[in-house]
Amino acid sequence: MTGSVLVQAVIYLAAGVLCVPVAKRLGLGSVLGYLIAGVLIGPSLLGLVGGGGHVMHFAEFGVVMMLFLVGLELRPALLWDLRRPIFGLGGMQVAGTAFVVMGLGLLAGAGWRVSLSVGLIFAMSSTAIVLQSLGEKGLLKTQGGQSAFSVLLFQDLAVIPILAVFPLLAAEHGPALSLAPGSARPGWLQALFIVGAVALIVLSGRFVVRPAFRFLAETRLREIFTAFALLLVVAIAALMQAVELSPALGTFLAGVVLADSEYRHEIESDIEPFKGLLLGLFFISVGAEIDFRLLLDKPLLIAGLLLGIVLLKLVTMYGFARIFGLEKPARVITAFGLAQVGEFAFVLISFGQQTHVFGEEVGRPLVAVVALSMLATPGLFMVLERWVLPALAARMPQRSQDAVSHDDAAVVMAGFGRVGQVVGRLVRMAGYPVTVLDLDPEIVDVLRRLGQPVYYGDASRLDLLYSAGCENAKLFVLAIDEPEKSLEVAELVRRHFPKLEILARARNRQHYYQLRKIGITHIVRETLGSSLELGQGALKRLGVRAHTAHRIAQRWREHDDAALEEMLQFVGQGDDVWLTEAKKALANFEKAMADEMGGRAHLKDPGWDNESLRDEVNARFAANR
Amino acid sequence: MTRKILLLLAHPVLERSRVNRRLLDGARGVEGVTVHDLYEAYPAMQLSVRREQKLLLEHDVIVFQHPFYWYSTPAILKEWQDLVLEHNWAYGQKGHHLDGKITLNVVSTGGPEQAYSEQGFNRFSVRQLLAPYELTAHLCRMTFLPPFVVHSAFHVESDAQFAPVVVEYRQLLEALRDGTINLEAAARLTRINSALPVGEQKGTP
Repeated sequence: MTGSVLVQAVIYLAAGVLCVPVAKRLGLGSVLGYLIAGVLIGPSLLGLVGGGGHVMHFAEFGVVMMLFLVGLELRPALLWDLRRPIFGLGGMQVAGTAFVVMGLGLLAGAGWRVSLSVGLIFAMSSTAIVLQSLGEKGLLKTQGGQSAFSVLLFQDLAVIPILAVFPLLAAEHGPALSLAPGSARPGWLQALFIVGAVALIVLSGRFVVRPAFRFLAETRLREIFTAFALLLVVAIAALMQAVELSPALGTFLAGVVLADSEYRHEIESDIEPFKGLLLGLFFISVGAEIDFRLLLDKPLLIAGLLLGIVLLKLVTMYGFARIFGLEKPARVITAFGLAQVGEFAFVLISFGQQTHVFGEEVGRPLVAVVALSMLATPGLFMVLERWVLPALAARMPQRSQDAVSHDDAAVVMAGFGRVGQVVGRLVRMAGYPVTVLDLDPEIVDVLRRLGQPVYYGDASRLDLLYSAGCENAKLFVLAIDEPEKSLEVAELVRRHFPKLEILARARNRQHYYQLRKIGITHIVRETLGSSLELGQGALKRLGVRAHTAHRIAQRWREHDDAALEEMLQFVGQGDDVWLTEAKKALANFEKAMADEMGGRAHLKDPGWDNESLRDEVNARFAANR
Repeated sequence: MTRKILLLLAHPVLERSRVNRRLLDGARGVEGVTVHDLYEAYPAMQLSVRREQKLLLEHDVIVFQHPFYWYSTPAILKEWQDLVLEHNWAYGQKGHHLDGKITLNVVSTGGPEQAYSEQGFNRFSVRQLLAPYELTAHLCRMTFLPPFVVHSAFHVESDAQFAPVVVEYRQLLEALRDGTINLEAAARLTRINSALPVGEQKGTP
């Protein structure tokens, strides 16, 4: 029962929309929600869609996009920092797991070729599920999260040589040694192609893509910007396929190249929804893929294999992490996180069948076990989060808490014009990292050339606020000059990040009151400070002492603030009320200042010149005479 | 020999001053005196330590001229001491930049002279109350001179009435500049005003 594309789309979308929020509400996480949706609509239960194979092919693109986004998050410097866990821990995990599984296979009497290939398949974990889950639970930035990430990255890299090795494992066939499977090209030419493609990505990322993004940003056509971002990812994927490299790896590389570009956050939030949906589709397909008949036919075999592989991966990963010298919480996070078999396994299984390394009788149960192990992952994460980590934390009270709280930028700033620049630089110089968003490509361009980390983007977009790190930031500085835009952003931040403190710049009194109405209390009127300074300067030129002029200006500010606060209650009560009250407030203000100054160019400050004291002292002096 | 004099004025409302303004006007006319009006230079009381230290290096006599507020100086002078007299610059093992310089306070008080004595209302002389300054000078290896004090400031009404004090003040500054003051004799006084021990040059470097 397939029907038209539209009907299919309705089925997939509806399943996702129904299952994911429910799963999330129940604390199961979105990945499990998608998987359950897939099981529901799959051939085994409702039979609304066929085996997910064809959709899966399309949905795999979600993984490609995810790796692009992962790359975008990773600056080259960070990648360099992670080289030890990537190659050390990652290498140990892939090789170690493969050999342990192979050994077990040999013991069970399987041939070494099949055993080794299954070992390599089982060594893979699910980048999609693990990163999504770690991110959702806020564990990605912990030591354990970073280690898991490093291992996954190595696995993604390892897929390429593994694909190259598989044909060699095929008993019947003996194809020529080539870097990529089934390649018609000789090895050296293929190598040349690969180097060329990588160089093309890196160089064009630097010299073509960034100017192109700048050009498109200047046109202010948001959908074209999005289209270009998509085009970039798809084109790279196509290029990589042409040279028979993993598209995921290629887009990952492109992401890394663009990671320190000013358009990083904008690209991120453009691709993000596509990635989310496609990944969702991918998980649904995995759910639909599970062959429940096989499950009913050989429940013990499948259950045994599933339990065996998950336990084996958990225990070995813990061991590797321990050898590698990780802390205990990091060890369990890595081990629990990577215990499933990943989506690359599907690719490898189908490839293994194609190249006749093993037949369908091996492949089908493998698919079921892999899918079920992915299905088990959210459960494992739940165990990790509810019982294992709390138990560890209870034993070492101060340890695991710290790492999560101060990551990312402490300050997110919207607007980097005349006002924002000073604020941003001041705060950054004081040692607080600032993420700045501005919508003017020229400003962004110029400032980036001056070495300021500024990003192009519209702060009134929620997704962009998320990718700028509003969830973890301590302060949001709203320095946009247009009142309407400023209010829009203020409301958005207030609604979606209620705990994030906002410091706002107000254009004028009206804007000030509008901000107050939204519930923002820390507001600075943008012209007040400089006006007072000018006034102070004028007094000084007129011969008033500098300190006196300074104090008068400060006192003015106090009374003006008080008058502003007093008028707040009359906002929205109609023009007549407002006008009457404004007149009153102005009169009060002028009277208060007049009382302070007594008509002269100084404040009274009796402590410094007390007439009553002078009279008293003079009287006593006269009496003593 | 000629000494260069730095006059550090600390008065938050000089425009309303009776004594300090007149004294300052008198001092401005004396050659070799640099007037540095602290509240005017730092309206928000944010001092530049480098600038202040440079001024100190360029002069031989440091005069603190200020009204007596709560038996002490206006706030900015405390800030000045706290920030400018850095360890290993003004004092401490490596701090010898002020060695041998002369320092004194020029103080105006509201109360009459007899109030500032053991039997009087305030129980201590101005010199005694300036003990922190005397000790600061000691720590920075400077020569401390007793204060030039103008009592009964509330009583001052006109320039003519105050003219003799201004003359006295100018004479003091000139004597300090020209080195015609006997520092040892001067150091023993309660206040330096009229009793300028002129003549012998024993104590001068």
